[in-house]
Amino acid sequence: MSPVKAPSTNPLTLKERIKLPRQHMPEQPAELRIMNFTEVNLGYSAELAKQEALRCLECAKATCVEHCPVGVKVKEFVQLIVEGNFLGAAAKIREDNVLPAITGRVCPQEDHCEGACLLHKKVESLGVGYLERFVADYEQHVGATMAPNAAATGKKVAIVGSGPAGLSAAGDLVQRGHKVHVFEALHEIGGVLVYGIPEFRLPKQVIREQIDKMREMGVEFETNVVVGKTVAVDELFGEEGYDAIFIATGAGLPVFLSIPGEHLNGVYSANEFLTRINLMHAYEFPRYDEPMVDLHGKHVAVIGGGNTALDAIRSARRLGAEKAYVIYRRSETEMPARIEEVKHAKQEGIEFRMLTNPVEFLDDGRGWLKAARCVQMELGEPDASGRRRPIAIAGSEFEIPLQLAIIATGTSANPLIQSTTPGLKTNKRGYIEAKDDSQRTSRKGVFAGGDIVTGAATVILAMGAGRRAAKSIHEYLATGEW
Amino acid sequence: MFRILKATLIAPGIKRFLIEAPRIARKHEAGQFIILRLDDHGERIPLTIESSDSEHGTISLVVQAVGKTTHQLNALKEGDAIRDVVGPLGKPSIIKNFGTVVIVGGGVGTALAYPTTVALKRAGNRILTILGGRNRDLVILEAEMRATSDALFVTTDDGSYGEKGLVTDKLRELLASAETIRMVLAVGPVPMMKAVADLTRERGIHTVVSLNPIMIDGTGMCGGCRVLVGGNSQFACVDGPEFDAHDVNFDVLTQRNRMYREAEKRSLEAYQQALQDKRDSQEPSICLVGGGKP
Repeated sequence: MSPVKAPSTNPLTLKERIKLPRQHMPEQPAELRIMNFTEVNLGYSAELAKQEALRCLECAKATCVEHCPVGVKVKEFVQLIVEGNFLGAAAKIREDNVLPAITGRVCPQEDHCEGACLLHKKVESLGVGYLERFVADYEQHVGATMAPNAAATGKKVAIVGSGPAGLSAAGDLVQRGHKVHVFEALHEIGGVLVYGIPEFRLPKQVIREQIDKMREMGVEFETNVVVGKTVAVDELFGEEGYDAIFIATGAGLPVFLSIPGEHLNGVYSANEFLTRINLMHAYEFPRYDEPMVDLHGKHVAVIGGGNTALDAIRSARRLGAEKAYVIYRRSETEMPARIEEVKHAKQEGIEFRMLTNPVEFLDDGRGWLKAARCVQMELGEPDASGRRRPIAIAGSEFEIPLQLAIIATGTSANPLIQSTTPGLKTNKRGYIEAKDDSQRTSRKGVFAGGDIVTGAATVILAMGAGRRAAKSIHEYLATGEW
Repeated sequence: MFRILKATLIAPGIKRFLIEAPRIARKHEAGQFIILRLDDHGERIPLTIESSDSEHGTISLVVQAVGKTTHQLNALKEGDAIRDVVGPLGKPSIIKNFGTVVIVGGGVGTALAYPTTVALKRAGNRILTILGGRNRDLVILEAEMRATSDALFVTTDDGSYGEKGLVTDKLRELLASAETIRMVLAVGPVPMMKAVADLTRERGIHTVVSLNPIMIDGTGMCGGCRVLVGGNSQFACVDGPEFDAHDVNFDVLTQRNRMYREAEKRSLEAYQQALQDKRDSQEPSICLVGGGKP
């Protein structure tokens, strides 16, 4: 059959589409949501979704698809929304993305599909993320029929880590007929999705539903297994009989600033602060046992400008922080956080102290933080990251009174698997070396992807690596060629 | 779920648990620990593994009831189960023939020192052991430690058993004796480990301590267990739990371990109040197993 282009079902002319404004995402009012952890965005109704979908220009060359790390067929699923076929749209997304309800919420669309959207050149880009979220939630609500898996191949794949990279690979592999077993070190499935991203941005229930779908597809999960400690990679090949292993263990230990006073009580890493809140429910203490410092009336700052930084400070605000600051050494333009998160944070009364860098944390005399001594920065020439390099302005020191500081300036490589797997090559920063296209490592049958290869990145980039790994694992299992 | 096969009270407020955990039992080496979570609302707490049996797939833990979770754990009995147990975590103890080694075990720390002591003995070391506690009840595992030691000394703060005094009094004595001590392993309360480190530092005797900072994930992710060692941040879960005692900043450890004292107190009081209310509403009364001071 020749691929005949179906006529567009969109009744609007291109001019009319451009004139339609982007449909706003209904959200919880800021003054209410700073008092709770329930989701900020409330989701499109079917009407809003259809209206938004009508804006798609249906470009012949769909740049949105080219810019998606997992290759979601944006144009096609949006057309299905226009037709009112929401389940069809969800199924279309699922061909490339096993976690649409999650990516619809947390993906930095402005860096991918929406950033590449042709509308973006004239007006606001198409709300691809909002639409993806809508059809994923719709599918969850009415119940989806999952595409059947391919016939069983008899091959076993171990996936180490149940974060976005691991889940994405697991979904693709199980559909290709392989037996897939996912090992998770923590007591809950989801990796960074459960310990890192707060409830108000990605509800746990949404994650659980997506995981349940994967269970229905036949993926097995085992919690409380730290591969490298509880079981070695070589034992997975040996006694446990796996044919291939995908290492997707994610980001490692937090990097601190190495400035005086960093060991004071009240100075947290973002990973710890968020893990307490998200994974351990410290915000529900004492109903849950994990404690959190009482933040009511306190002054809290996060150091850093990424999504993790904003997740942390917005959580602090919800825990009662009277003053909540983002302290970032560059300007807002360079902040890596999603645009929507910056907007939401500002609505929630978070103060942005840009071009500011802490140089010391000050002791209140009892071992607790009382202030951060900071310097003012200015931007110089672009550095290796392409962003303008921040330079301290001499003599600009000043203090910000604080009882809590959260460091969100990055993470390092977790060493557990590398140190217990002979022959697994790492780069000089300790991350696992894997080929860009195939995610293959220096060990036959071992694949790696996500943050353990690239260093801290985004959910969708990790999922992209998971997809590439799944394709490559499938080829390896079929041919045996390395 | 991880089944409790046996639960024995070995001293007031201190219980030994035999737990079914075949994967952990297979990989455990001396010096390593586990993290457990009792139920869906539980916190994650680290506990050192006292011993393991790979053949039967079991590990044993010795638990002193201190906070809410350990009180709640010590109320469990044979046949009960623990929601999550993960491990073995941390680096194993370095085992080699040092020559003469002094093991200093303070209170429940003795249980943590025990597997390393056995391994050091097996490696050919001469083992001199000092066990200490506030009182007689808190000197635990004496028989086990005696069996693996060439000499064993007991000190109690109140003189109710052994010699009256601190473990460091006895250590000072040994250091002044004719013995050539090559290595000291100290496991116990932070002030005790600090005092041991101060004592051996001036003599340049290699000293190892096993640290017990606040910890959450235990797998090298959250960074909650950071300790200041040699002026740098180290993480007890992946870099430790054992460190060179002479490099450890014990003051920072003490200060950071106090971070949640208020919350921990509240949590324990609420738990004990709930137990009390339950007791008041039921006849006959329920015995608080291993339960400290009700």
